Amino acid sequence: MTPQDTLIALFGGVFAVLALASTVGGLLRWRLAGRSSSVIDNLNARIKAWWWMIGALAIAFWIGKTGVVVLFAFISLQALREFISVTYTRVGDHRALLWCFFVFLPLQYVLIGMDWYGLFSILIPVYAFLLLPISASLSTDTKHFLERAAKVQWGLMICVYCISHVPALLTLPIEGFEGRNLQLIVFLVLTVQSSDVFQYVWGKLFGKRKLAPQISPSKTLEGLVGGVLTSTAVGAALYWITPFNVWQAALVALTINILGFFGGFVLSAIKRDRGLKDWGAMIEGHGGMLDRVDSISFSAPIFFHILRYWWVH
Amino acid sequence: MLIDRLFASAICTFARVLTGVRARWFAAPDPGKLRVYYPNHRSHGDFVLVWSMLPRAMRKRTRPVAGSDYWLSSAVRRYVINRVFRGVLVDRQAGRSADPIGVMGQVLAGGESLILFPEGTRNLDEGLLPFKSGLYHLACAHPEVELVPVWIENLGRAMPKGHLVPLPLLCTLSFGEPLMLRPDESKEQFLARTRQALLALAPVAE
Repeated sequence: MTPQDTLIALFGGVFAVLALASTVGGLLRWRLAGRSSSVIDNLNARIKAWWWMIGALAIAFWIGKTGVVVLFAFISLQALREFISVTYTRVGDHRALLWCFFVFLPLQYVLIGMDWYGLFSILIPVYAFLLLPISASLSTDTKHFLERAAKVQWGLMICVYCISHVPALLTLPIEGFEGRNLQLIVFLVLTVQSSDVFQYVWGKLFGKRKLAPQISPSKTLEGLVGGVLTSTAVGAALYWITPFNVWQAALVALTINILGFFGGFVLSAIKRDRGLKDWGAMIEGHGGMLDRVDSISFSAPIFFHILRYWWVH
Repeated sequence: MLIDRLFASAICTFARVLTGVRARWFAAPDPGKLRVYYPNHRSHGDFVLVWSMLPRAMRKRTRPVAGSDYWLSSAVRRYVINRVFRGVLVDRQAGRSADPIGVMGQVLAGGESLILFPEGTRNLDEGLLPFKSGLYHLACAHPEVELVPVWIENLGRAMPKGHLVPLPLLCTLSFGEPLMLRPDESKEQFLARTRQALLALAPVAE
């Protein structure tokens, strides 16, 4: 199949799964016969939001590399807004935050658009890391200085640096895989997001033993094991769109699924500390943007480096 | 005039998009009730955000109270406050001629609600300043009016004083339960109670 046919087949498959999910959701609601159920309402809201999200991804893919870079820049912007909005900073951080939103975020994505690996891989961990506290120190406000500097840097790392590794997959030259790098994004997003979905489904159906109710009241051991293993099987079944063989695909899928789980886990710990349930309300049924991309944020950089070290020569 | 109304909805739409504002209502909005909304005050955009989050029917019957010293100082500000938002201007200087409580009372008597900043000025730091006595005197003159605390979160962080460029932070407005002046309440008790009700809507600080 040509790269384009492969993508059309993949998106066709995903839309078919969504159509099936919408049908099941509609049947469940019909069976309620007018009674209300928050679980089923939430399920239907989530499925509806998935149509929008997959639709946005499909449009970005259709535009090409620019579309994907712009889409993930927008995802980063919204995630960073949500992160900084609930994080305590002071007026003295205003300039540093302006740098984050209006310089480092766009610059990171421009560098990825330019294929400048040498700079996009260190822009935020080195240059932003040093320049942001300098900017904050110029305000001469020392109250909670280290915490404030750490929060600003952390927000930029999670929301911009880590997420930007999704479009950065397009910059990797893999022998015998030329012109097919968009499929790497499909593999990453489908595997990690299906892991979130399967964890939710397994947890709702068979969840008994709570993992850590202090951090996430809904996460269970059954959900974690069932979800990660199911989506690892999904990843293995997708080996034909990657440069991996079946076993490599399974191993990579397992790795990014475990990282994705911990992405959600770590960001839940921050939410609990701030007394929040969701990061925002942008995506109906899911919460905020950061609730949806937390797992991508933790898995994308590792996926990128696995490919870069073992498949790029 | 049509053009003034267009300006009003354009400014509201702009403010809502820029701040991604969300409203939480602890008691359902009631267009039939005469109310004084009293938000915390950290930015000049505060009243715009409160006003834009009111249901349309209530927005038409709600006017912000604003300091004439700031809002009459340029032609653009005069136009915005007088024509677009139909602000109720009060003189904040000592030795003023008009009685602000009388001016606000006339608006309430005419069946329109108010947005009144009880701190009297913008707070440039965290938390909440002590309330001026205006809210109390207004409640004494109009004990039938309901007072609704409104906590504005993040707008002061997004556009702090002295910075030209705003941050694209997400703002949240929390509309609390309405309060009323109790028959035997002293000024200090009333101001402490209303201030506490507003502070209770603020998110946990660190």
